[in-house]
Amino acid sequence: MKISPQQLVDEPDFKRLVRVRWTVSFILLSFLFVSYYGYILAVAFYPEWMIQKVGNFSNIGIFASASVIVFSWFLTLIYVFWANGSYDREIRSLKEKLED
Amino acid sequence: MQSHLGQPNFLSIVFFLLFVILTLVITYWAARKTKTSKEFYAAGRSITGFQNGLALSGDFMSAASFLGISGMVALKGYDGMLYAVGWLVGWPALLFLIAEPLRNLGKFTFADVVAFRLKQKPVRISAAIGGILVTLTYSIAQIVGSGKLINLMFGLSYEAAVVLVGIVMLLYVLFGGMIATTWVQIIKACLLLFGVTLLTLLAMAQFRFSLENLYGAVEQKFGKTALEPGGLVANPLDAVSLGLALMLGLLGLPHILMRFYTVPDAKEARKSVAYATTFIGYFYLIIPIVGFSAAVLVGREPIASIDKGGNMAAALLSELLGGTMLMGFIAAVAFATILAVVAGLTLAAASTISHDIFVSVLKDGDASEEEQIRVAKKATIAFGILGILLGILFKDQNVAFLVGLAFAVAASGNFPALFLSIVWKNLSTIGGGASILIGSISAIILIILSPTVWVEVIGFEKAVFPLKNPAIVSMTLSFLSAIVFSKLFPEESAREKYESEKIRTYLGIGAE
Repeated sequence: MKISPQQLVDEPDFKRLVRVRWTVSFILLSFLFVSYYGYILAVAFYPEWMIQKVGNFSNIGIFASASVIVFSWFLTLIYVFWANGSYDREIRSLKEKLED
Repeated sequence: MQSHLGQPNFLSIVFFLLFVILTLVITYWAARKTKTSKEFYAAGRSITGFQNGLALSGDFMSAASFLGISGMVALKGYDGMLYAVGWLVGWPALLFLIAEPLRNLGKFTFADVVAFRLKQKPVRISAAIGGILVTLTYSIAQIVGSGKLINLMFGLSYEAAVVLVGIVMLLYVLFGGMIATTWVQIIKACLLLFGVTLLTLLAMAQFRFSLENLYGAVEQKFGKTALEPGGLVANPLDAVSLGLALMLGLLGLPHILMRFYTVPDAKEARKSVAYATTFIGYFYLIIPIVGFSAAVLVGREPIASIDKGGNMAAALLSELLGGTMLMGFIAAVAFATILAVVAGLTLAAASTISHDIFVSVLKDGDASEEEQIRVAKKATIAFGILGILLGILFKDQNVAFLVGLAFAVAASGNFPALFLSIVWKNLSTIGGGASILIGSISAIILIILSPTVWVEVIGFEKAVFPLKNPAIVSMTLSFLSAIVFSKLFPEESAREKYESEKIRTYLGIGAE
C-alpha cells in the first residue's frame, strides 16, 4: 500500500529511523566529547600524569594528542559506514512505501 | 645559517606563477560551464565526495594551520599540538550533527536551513549578519597573513601583496564561481599535503626516521619542557572555552557549510567529510614533526628573529633541507593556501549577499538567473575590495586574534540557530534571530573585553572579562536566547512545518 509523505512521518518505521539516527549520532558524539575534553582537562589538571615518559623521550601527552586525532577519524569512519550502509538501506525501503 | 628569506626569490615566483596560471586556465574552463546560479554557487551539485573532501580540506587548512601550528610547535613546543587536535575534532561533530540535514534542506547557504520553516526575511537578515561577520573577520586574518608572508618571502611590499592576492582571488570567483573555486581548493590541498609530506620526510631523514631520535634532540636542545604541556591551558575554564570554539566554530563557518551543496546527495556529503577528516587528520599528525624539526635544525632564535610568531618556521626548515628550490616551492604553496581560502570565503560572502539578502529579502524570491548572477558578481567585487582595504587597515593586527574571533562568532552566532532549527520543533523566528544576533554580538563584545584585546592590544592593565576565548559564555547565551525567545514568542506555523520538513531532512525527498 502506497502512502503520502504526511502519513509516512507518522509511521512507526519512520519515527524509529529518526530515533536511531540521533541515538547513533549522540553516542558517537559523546565518545568524541569524552576523548577530546578528557584530553584537554587532563592537560589542564593532571600535567604531571601527561608528562610521564613512554620510551626514552616521548611522553603520554604526545601519544594522547595523536590518539585523539586518530580516534576522531575512526569515529567519522564508523558513522559513514553505518550511514551509507544500514541507514541508507532503511531510507530506501521507506521511500518505496511512498506514492509517486 | 644565512637565509634568503626576504629577498625576491626567482624560484618561488616561478612556482607561484605556475600555480596561478594553472588555476586561471581552470577558471577559464569553469567560466564556460558557469551559466546558472546553481552552477555559480554550488558547482551544479556535480562534485564527487572524494573531490569535495579534498576541497573541504583545502578550505580548512589555512595559513593559520600550516604556518601557525608549525611555528607554534617550533617556538612553544607541545602547546602547538593542542590547537591541531582542537581544529580536527570539529569534523566528526559536523558529520554527526548537521552534514546530512544541511545537504537535504539547503540550496546555497546555511541560512536556507535556518529559514526553512521560519519567516524568511528576519531570519535571512540576521543569518546574513552572522555569516558576513565570520567571513569578513576570517578573510581579514588570511589577507593580513598573506601580506606579511609575501613581504618576507618575495620581498614585495605589504600593500602590493594584499592587492595581488585580492585581484587573483577575484578572478577565480568572478569568472569561475564555485566550480573554479573547488578546483583551486583541490589543487591547493594536494600541493599542501605533498609539500608537508616532503618536508616531513626530509626532516625525518635527519633523525634516521625515528621519532624517538627527534624528541631526544628536542629534549637535549630545549630541555624536557618543550615536549610537555605548558601555560596555554593554565586556566581550565579557558581551555574548555577555547575547545568549544575550535570544535563547534567549524559548524558555523559559512564557506565550509556551503561546500555541502556542491555534492549530489547526503551519501556523497558524508563521504566528503570522511575524506576531509582523513586528509586533515594526516596533516595535523605530521605538522608537529615539521615544527619540532625546525626548532632543532634551524633553532628557535633564527625562527623568532625573522618573525616573532614563528610563522616562518616551515619555510626556514625547507630552505635548510632543500635549498632555495624547496623554499620557493613551500613559499608558493603557502601563498596558494591563502589565496584559495580567501577565494572560498569571498564566494561564501557573495552567496549570502546575493542569495539571502538580494533574492530572498529584497526580491521576495523572485529574481531571474541573470539578475542573481549579476548581483552575486557585484557582491564579490564589493566584498573583495572591502577585504583588501580592511587587510591594509588591520596591517599590524594580531592574526591569531582575528581567527579566534571568527571561530567564536561562528560557534556562538551561527551554530546554535542552525542546530536548533534542525532538531528543535519549537524554534520560532524571533528565537532564531535573537540567537544569531545575541550570540555573535556577545562574542565580539566579550573578545574586546578579554585579555587578548583589552590588555594585549589596547594596553589596559586588567581585562574586564577573564577568559581569552568567550565561546563558553556567548554560546550559552545564544542557546538560552533561542529557547527563551521561542517560548515567549511561539510560532504555530513553524511547529507545523517542522513535521513536514522531517521527510526532507531524513529521507532527502524534495532536496535539490
